[in-house]
Amino acid sequence: MKLITVSGPPSSGKTSVILKLIDSLRESGMEKIGVVKFDCLTSFDQIRYKEAGIPVEIGFSGKVCPDHFFISNIEDAVRWGVKSGFEMLITESAGLCNRCSPHISEIPAVCVIDNLSGVNTPRKIGPMLKFADYVVITKGDIVSQAEREVFKFNVRQVNTGARILFVNGITGQGSFMLAKHLSRAVDITTLSDMHLRFTTPASVCSYCTGETRIGEEFQNGMMKKMTFTPSVFYKDTEEIEEPAEKGGVEA
Amino acid sequence: MTDFYDLAEKKSVGEIRKLYPISGDFFDNMNLSALAEDVPMADALEKSDPEWLQELGTDTDGVLEQFCEFMEALTSPQEETALIREITIVGGHDKNGMPEKAELTVKPGEVISIVGPTGSGKSRLLGDIECMAQGDTPTGRRIRINGEFPDEETRFELEGRLVAQLSQNMNFVMDLSVRDFLQMHAKSRFCEDPESVAEQCYACANDLAGEAFDISTKVTQLSGGQSRALMIADTAYMSSSPVILIDEIENAGIDRRQAISILTRQDKIVFISTHDPMLALSASKRIVIRNGGIAKVMETTEEERASLSVIEELDDTIMRIRSMLRAGEQIIPGHFAVPAAASSDEA
Ligand SMILES: Nc1nc2c(ncn2[C@@H]2O[C@H](COP(=O)(O)OP(=O)(O)OP(=O)(O)O)[C@@H](O)[C@H]2O)c(=O)[nH]1
Ligand SMILES: Nc1ncnc2c1ncn2[C@@H]1O[C@H](COP(=O)(O)OP(=O)(O)O)[C@@H](O)[C@H]1O
Ligand SMILES: [Mg+2]
Ligand SMILES: [Mg+2]
Ligand SMILES: [Zn+2]
Ligand SMILES: [Zn+2]
Repeated sequence: MKLITVSGPPSSGKTSVILKLIDSLRESGMEKIGVVKFDCLTSFDQIRYKEAGIPVEIGFSGKVCPDHFFISNIEDAVRWGVKSGFEMLITESAGLCNRCSPHISEIPAVCVIDNLSGVNTPRKIGPMLKFADYVVITKGDIVSQAEREVFKFNVRQVNTGARILFVNGITGQGSFMLAKHLSRAVDITTLSDMHLRFTTPASVCSYCTGETRIGEEFQNGMMKKMTFTPSVFYKDTEEIEEPAEKGGVEA
Repeated sequence: MTDFYDLAEKKSVGEIRKLYPISGDFFDNMNLSALAEDVPMADALEKSDPEWLQELGTDTDGVLEQFCEFMEALTSPQEETALIREITIVGGHDKNGMPEKAELTVKPGEVISIVGPTGSGKSRLLGDIECMAQGDTPTGRRIRINGEFPDEETRFELEGRLVAQLSQNMNFVMDLSVRDFLQMHAKSRFCEDPESVAEQCYACANDLAGEAFDISTKVTQLSGGQSRALMIADTAYMSSSPVILIDEIENAGIDRRQAISILTRQDKIVFISTHDPMLALSASKRIVIRNGGIAKVMETTEEERASLSVIEELDDTIMRIRSMLRAGEQIIPGHFAVPAAASSDEA
């Protein structure tokens, strides 16, 4: 079975691209394809996959980072895929935490981003884009050629080695080339001995574990503080009301 | 090829920025703007905050390696397309599987129009050209580049670089002025002198647009016609793609004749899917699509070329009436005075 990981910011067109990709794969004779969707709280994607006759499983990470959640479940997903006799298993994960990425070293990694998200967005996305083998750019149908070219240039800045493809998630234009690339993926039966391409940082502060109260004394574990420099409107320090004493305000 | 490791060992960040302005983007991307500017880059990295590098998931060596990859990828115009001498469309079949007998070769500077009813397959033909179909699209068509069917590798190589596209529903979405926008595009195209290229492009766009606009206007604030004009000028002067596919831009409010001639002067191969008689006849050949297939390829005849001038007059009349309406004037029958030839010989 071939495994493909697809990630990308919310609403960038992942599901649309995967559906068109599967159309193209089916046309070339690949029949048994399954999808696993990893999301945070809710998702409507399963409906679209089912409508297209694609077996789909869905997992919600809840309060865990979706990529951490992905990593702890991907082995089981592969087992599910192998048992189902899939020729290809595609995972879709909404990259909500720009610091992590679900890409695994030997597995083709696709990152989907859209042309509407602003010129500098590729430069801000992080490992999910940086460590992808294929960067798929969607929604090119509604922006100018020039913007597509500039956008691609900015993707190239962040990921110098990736194949960059334009796919229209609505008409499927371009999905055909993506299918050609991805059908060259190696077959696997397990992920043991494979590694992530990038360390996913542990986030274990008190808020990770359910704290809701705001204030210094509630902050434990890995905390990072910003430094603020006086703005031009800063008043003399004496005039500024000192913050209420710690714990002085009753919750 | 420049040895960028050597560069980083010897030159300071300040010097590197001067030599290669694009390197500024690398330092921004990595949020390394605080690097010391006065010692060689490699030394500056040694002295930088290791914690920050760690948060980026890398270390000094990693940054150097990424720097070299970045510079290698972005200081050479690797996106330049090999010279395209000709493109050939080899017929497939229509929606009923009936074979197309067509084989059509097109060369730089040529304009081919594509006509046919809505839903007949005009856009599909443009799509076949774009992906360099090799019998693997619904039409079974095949595309030859410079006389040869491209192999898979060549196809992957050319993917996304062969054609530039222009269509009715494209908009600008970037929050930039026309000047900044054009310069940004020029920079991404490795133009030697982005400022003058941008100026040239702007002048051309302003020529094409019905209503003039200022170079400091935000691209998102341009009117439909102004946007289209800017897109065409930009494609002509800055896009590296040798082929241009235009899908139905009839009501754009721009000088269409001039637009086409600007594109062909830049030695582009232009395909236009259109319902506009003037655009259709300004091409040297037109492909007639019926039921998904190429029904025939027609050469524009002398007679047709002669009628073009009549059609142009009709078109001018419409344009004139349009601008009068815009200006709040009253329209009277006298405005419709058109040459007798046009109204009398109805086919
Ligand atoms: N115009 C245009 N719209 C697109 C394109 N691709 C996707 N869309 C639209 O963008 C919206 C989001 O697409 P989805 O495929 O649901 O995005 P997603 O990344 O799967 O979203 P989540 O899974 O919810 O994060 C939908 O309305 C799509 O129809 C495209 O190429 N062009
Ligand atoms: N030769 C063909 N065989 C099968 N389907 C075709 C063929 N030509 C076109 N089509 C399909 O017909 C539909 C309409 O074609 P389209 O190119 O959008 O028409 P137009 O641009 O002329 O309005 C599309 O879904 C297209 O894929
Ligand atoms: Mg989705
Ligand atoms: Mg069409
Ligand atoms: Zn995370
Ligand atoms: Zn936390």
